[in-house]
Amino acid sequence: MASARIQRRIVGALLLRELLTRFGRHNIGFLWLFAEPMLFTLGVLGIWTLYHTNRTPFPLTAFCLSGYATVLLWRNTIGRCGNAVEPNRALMHHRNVKVIDLFLARIVLEISGASVSFVVLLVIFMLMGAIAPPDDVIKMIVAWGMLAWFSASMALIVGPLATLSEPFERFWHVFAYLFLPASGAFFAVAMLSPHLQSIALWVPTVSCAELLREGLFGPSIGARYDLYYVAVVNLALMIPGLLLTRHIQVTVEGE
Amino acid sequence: MISLRNVSKYYRVRGGTHAVFEDISLDIQRGEKVGILGRNGAGKSTLIRLISGSESPSRGSIERTMSVSWPLALTSAFQGSLTGVDNIHFIARVYGVDAGEIIPYVQSFSELGYYLDEPVKSYSSGMRARLAFALSMAVEFECFLIDEVISVGDARFHDRCAHELFERRGDRAMVIVSHEPHFIQKHCDRVCVLVDGRLVKFDNADLALAFYEESIRLARTDAA
Repeated sequence: MASARIQRRIVGALLLRELLTRFGRHNIGFLWLFAEPMLFTLGVLGIWTLYHTNRTPFPLTAFCLSGYATVLLWRNTIGRCGNAVEPNRALMHHRNVKVIDLFLARIVLEISGASVSFVVLLVIFMLMGAIAPPDDVIKMIVAWGMLAWFSASMALIVGPLATLSEPFERFWHVFAYLFLPASGAFFAVAMLSPHLQSIALWVPTVSCAELLREGLFGPSIGARYDLYYVAVVNLALMIPGLLLTRHIQVTVEGE
Repeated sequence: MISLRNVSKYYRVRGGTHAVFEDISLDIQRGEKVGILGRNGAGKSTLIRLISGSESPSRGSIERTMSVSWPLALTSAFQGSLTGVDNIHFIARVYGVDAGEIIPYVQSFSELGYYLDEPVKSYSSGMRARLAFALSMAVEFECFLIDEVISVGDARFHDRCAHELFERRGDRAMVIVSHEPHFIQKHCDRVCVLVDGRLVKFDNADLALAFYEESIRLARTDAA
């Protein structure tokens, strides 16, 4: 298909263009990709060690690192699509550059960035002996993939809405912060009361985080997740996301 | 060939829709040079964007069987925080050409020197226009779209642009839109006038010109 080949070329061109402004030529931005989750993990580790208050049944380093990795994945992928159109508006004078390509380039870039960061830090901590080797890597990859799919679908909803309305973009940032405690990054479902457990599983990111931890720590942790539910939610988000993106294509024209 | 069939374009405005133009049909043959005259706000740039394909028509269809440029000398087709060279790389990738091959040409033609390594947003409008023109000459197209008279840089650069476009690429199709008749009269085989949302076609450039000037005169008396 010629159009698929063109689109791949365009997304590739945009990807390299985004790399330059995201990470710059001085590599500070690139380092920050690793520094941020690392500092977070070390910081929490420091505080909790100081107060001897590990309330989780898990090794703390692995728990913090994997939890924060899931946050970075959805927060960056969704958030960076909120401002994908405006700085690239001029590039749409070129016929083949479409709004969906702007979103795709940022989605691919952020998912790749979060993945590389997680893998590299995991390996570093493992080599240092601070994290035990994972129990089941396949489960971790599935969990990560499902969360990436969720993030991409959400990005295609938040991106167009934020382009249409600036207040929405601000609102989204606040919502993302408020959502943080509910996201499943910093609690395990098994730690909750039975009543809260069933509520928590309505949140798709919780299932992903649970499966990720099961892959990391093994089945003995009693993780709870529902992948079919996550898949249905992802699909249900992706369809309106694609429709909104098509709607945006028409409205961003004519400036 | 580029073929516009019953093309209309509407924009949403406060309290309804505004028709920029309605039911326009136009064929542009290979190698043909078509001029489109229109006053400010007549919808010339919108028409050029529709022909280039960066915008879609509200109604009607546009078919392209030759490669069409983006609007030439358009200084806003760049990403401002990237350098000139980064923008060259981007456009090379978008149009599937080898950046290594076109960079020397853009360098020598734009005469931007080391400014090519600076962000485009730091360029003056003249520098931007020079980069834009050089870049659109570096990628080969079968049809060039030219929005307004090329008023790039000084007289010498202007002459070099005209040479590149009308002599070295004299065999290509071109669509030139302008509010200024002389440039169009000099370079076009066929002239159309965009007035009141309609495209009026003429085989004879002098007739087109007379019609255009009459439409301006009428608009003035209306206003007075």
